[in-house]
Formats: sequence, structure tokens, C-alpha cells
Amino acid sequence: MFPARIWREFPQRYRREAAICKKCGKRYFPPRLICAECGGRKFETYVLPDEATVVTFTVIRVAAQQYSDMAPYAIGIVKFDDGLQMMGQIVDCDVDKLKIGMKVRLEFRKVQSHDHHGVLSYAHKFVPKWY
Amino acid sequence: MVGIVGYGAHIPRHRIKVEEIAKVWGADAPSYKKGLLLREKSVPTPDVDTITLSVEATRNALRRAQINPKDIGAVYVGSESHPYAVKPSGTTVAEAIGAVPDCHCADFEFACKAGSEAMFVCLGLVKSGYVKYALAVGGDTSQGAPGDALEYSASAGAAAFIMGTKDVIAEVLHTHSFMTDTPDFWRREHEFYPQHGGRFTGEPAYFRTVTGAANAIMKKAKMTAKDFDYVVFHQPNGKFPLRVGEMLGFKKEQIEPGWLSPRLGNTYSGASPMGLTATLDIAKPGDLILMVSYGSGAGSDAFVWRVTDRINEVRDLAVHTTKLLDENLIYVDYGTYAKYRHKILKNK
Repeated sequence: MFPARIWREFPQRYRREAAICKKCGKRYFPPRLICAECGGRKFETYVLPDEATVVTFTVIRVAAQQYSDMAPYAIGIVKFDDGLQMMGQIVDCDVDKLKIGMKVRLEFRKVQSHDHHGVLSYAHKFVPKWY
Repeated sequence: MVGIVGYGAHIPRHRIKVEEIAKVWGADAPSYKKGLLLREKSVPTPDVDTITLSVEATRNALRRAQINPKDIGAVYVGSESHPYAVKPSGTTVAEAIGAVPDCHCADFEFACKAGSEAMFVCLGLVKSGYVKYALAVGGDTSQGAPGDALEYSASAGAAAFIMGTKDVIAEVLHTHSFMTDTPDFWRREHEFYPQHGGRFTGEPAYFRTVTGAANAIMKKAKMTAKDFDYVVFHQPNGKFPLRVGEMLGFKKEQIEPGWLSPRLGNTYSGASPMGLTATLDIAKPGDLILMVSYGSGAGSDAFVWRVTDRINEVRDLAVHTTKLLDENLIYVDYGTYAKYRHKILKNK
């Protein structure tokens, strides 16, 4: 992935920065330039919490080459207390024991390595909450 | 008062037992367990590296420090497994915690004492008034060559410390560094695995350097082993810290809270810093702690810490190190470990 694209997404990928429309209060992750609800262009930044609940998931057993070391792994959609949802990888778990409704914690992880020469991509993944 | 205002650790959940490694290489597991006092070690998954461990450890330190990350004026990450050869780990850590852009940043290297180097520099910057808070991280995803003795110990983990002058948890009373050119362990550029000098890594390297730093700082502080409640040494295996403690006159009870290596392995730059986090987790106000790191090449940084009343207010604001160490573990076999640590050659 081209470094400029990764760099532009650091606020949401690294710090979980979401946006609230100042006009109608609609929340967005990732943030948007124009509110889809009211057309508002002014947003307030806020940080998503580090815990969420699994809404749904699927298990990838035949992975793309760059993710083959992680297979089998789960991709899930999780929901935060404020109603926002986020998609990402669920890791550090037995994929056969995953359940909808389980609590997860967000952890900072490497997402892509781009072989041994490319820029490293980091973001948050979900791990089962245990403390 | 200058010292630690927040501390935290992070450890991968995966573990491999000494027996599992010994089985593959036809080695005698009981003699490794008895000789090195190692039972198992942490294993990083492919999506865990020094940067991710450092970010999670720092977030735990921030939970305890309860400060605005924008007030952190320096970020230093010490490691010998920085993911990039050219590009700092610290910039990603600073960006992830929101300490950018008004921040000084550098990556440190000095084998296993890169983390304590960062701590030493941060204390100096805070004491001089150059910055309000400074972040020091020691962390590694260390590598041992397949079949080498290091493979039984090289593990992963990180510890982070935020240094400051207000609301200090542990005040630094004295520091001392001891350093000579002693080539006991090295990795040349472009080499994947480090090499070492076998028994030479013990005496004269580790034992001479650690006792040199410990004796010098105790002389400077006019203290002896019995004056300390706890002591934390660098722990390349389970045996060395016990032996050096005995040489210096410490009892096992003083060492045990920070003696993590039998069930964690050697987290290199994270080793003695993580031992300090585990010791702070159980320390009481007024307790005195001696910490002595060791980095091959070779040097030791020694610190005398005095725990303050604030420890009781912040201790439980983040997860304790022993909880990360002992609970919710996932054990892997050697094949999975080899895959996770990129020890298997694959077609491009």
C-alpha cells in the first residue's frame, strides 16, 4: 500500500478517532467530510472506547497470501456502546469458540507487512476480553 | 521529586514450553529446565512486533499516569528488534498515543539494556526541566537461532515508563552506569540471528558488569543489599539473576516479585523494566527497589527507586504484569511457533 494512503488514515487507524456531526449528532467511523444525514460539514473528533461487542463474524480459512501466516482467522463486526460499528480481525482466540455477543478489547497490531521491504501498516484488532 | 509517574507492561498471550523446543532438537528438556531455570516463554504472533507491544505497554502507563499525552516531550523506544532498519519505532508509538508533533523522539539500541538507557535519558531530561514528561519503553520480539540455546529463552514483551516531577509513583534516588567493551553477544548487519560467546556471556560479561554497577550504586547510596525491599536484575534466563543476587548478598524473597524469566523467557530490552513493573505492582509506599539492567557489549544501568504513597492510587488503574504473564495463555507447538517467527522458508 502506498505510504500516503496509510499516513492519511493514522488518526482513525492508530488512535481510533471518530467524528460527531456538530449539526445533527450523527457519529462516523471512519470520519467523513460531509454528514450523510444532514449535509453538515463541521465535526467534533472523539476517541472510540477500547471495548466492544461482537455483532457478527466469519472465519477465513483460505487466506490471501499476505495473511496466510494467520489462517484460520476471523473477521468480525463489533459494536461500541454508542452504537458505532467497526470491522476488523478477531485474534488470539480459537475461531471455533467465537460467539456473537462476546466482549472484545481493541489492541494495536500490525495489519500488513508488504513483504520484507514495504511500509508496515498498523491498526486495531479485536481480542476476546478477559480482564 | 523526579521519577516514574506511570508504568505499564504488555506480553503476548502465546507460550511455548521448553519441552516442545527440546523435543524437536533432541535435547534434554529437564537439564535445560534445571540448568537455565526456564519453563516456557512468550511467543509473538505475526501481527505483534516491538511497536505494537510498546504501544500497548505505553497505554497501560498512561492509564496510571493520568496525564495528557500532549504533555510528553520525549519518546524513546529501546529495542534490538526494531521493525525497521531505517525509520524509528518511536514515531509510531508517539503517533498512536497522541504525543505528536511537539515531541523529541529517538530509538535506542544497546542489546538488552536499550530500555533502561531510555529510562536513564528520560530521567535526565525531566530533571533538567527540558520536558515536562518523558516516555521510555523497553521492548523486544527477540530471536534465537533454531537449535541454539537462545531459542529456549528469546521471547517477547515490553514495559513503558513515563517520567515526570509531579505525582511521582517511584522517586529515583540514585543512578549509575557501568560499561566496558566486552563482545559477548552480537548480531552483524543483515544477519537474522544473533551469535554469542557461550559461557563468556556469563563470566566475565554478565556477572562482572551487573555486580560492577550494583556495587557502585550501593556505594554511592551508602546502602547494602539488606537495605532494599526488592531487587530486579536483567534476566537472560532464570538462573543468572538468582546467582548474581546471591553474589551481591540479596535473598531470594527480594528477587522473586521481579523474577519473571522462568515463565516469560528473556524479553531482552524489556527484561529488567518488566521486572520493575511487576515489583511496583506489589510494592508498598516507602519500599526501596534496586534495578540493574544488562546489555551485551556490555553495560549495566542501575537505579535506586523509592516508592511513594501514590502507588496505592494508581496501581489498579491498569492490568498487573503477573496477570498478563499467568492468565489466559495459549500454548503452541513448535510448528506453529516456527511459522509465527518466520523460521520457515516459503516460495515468494
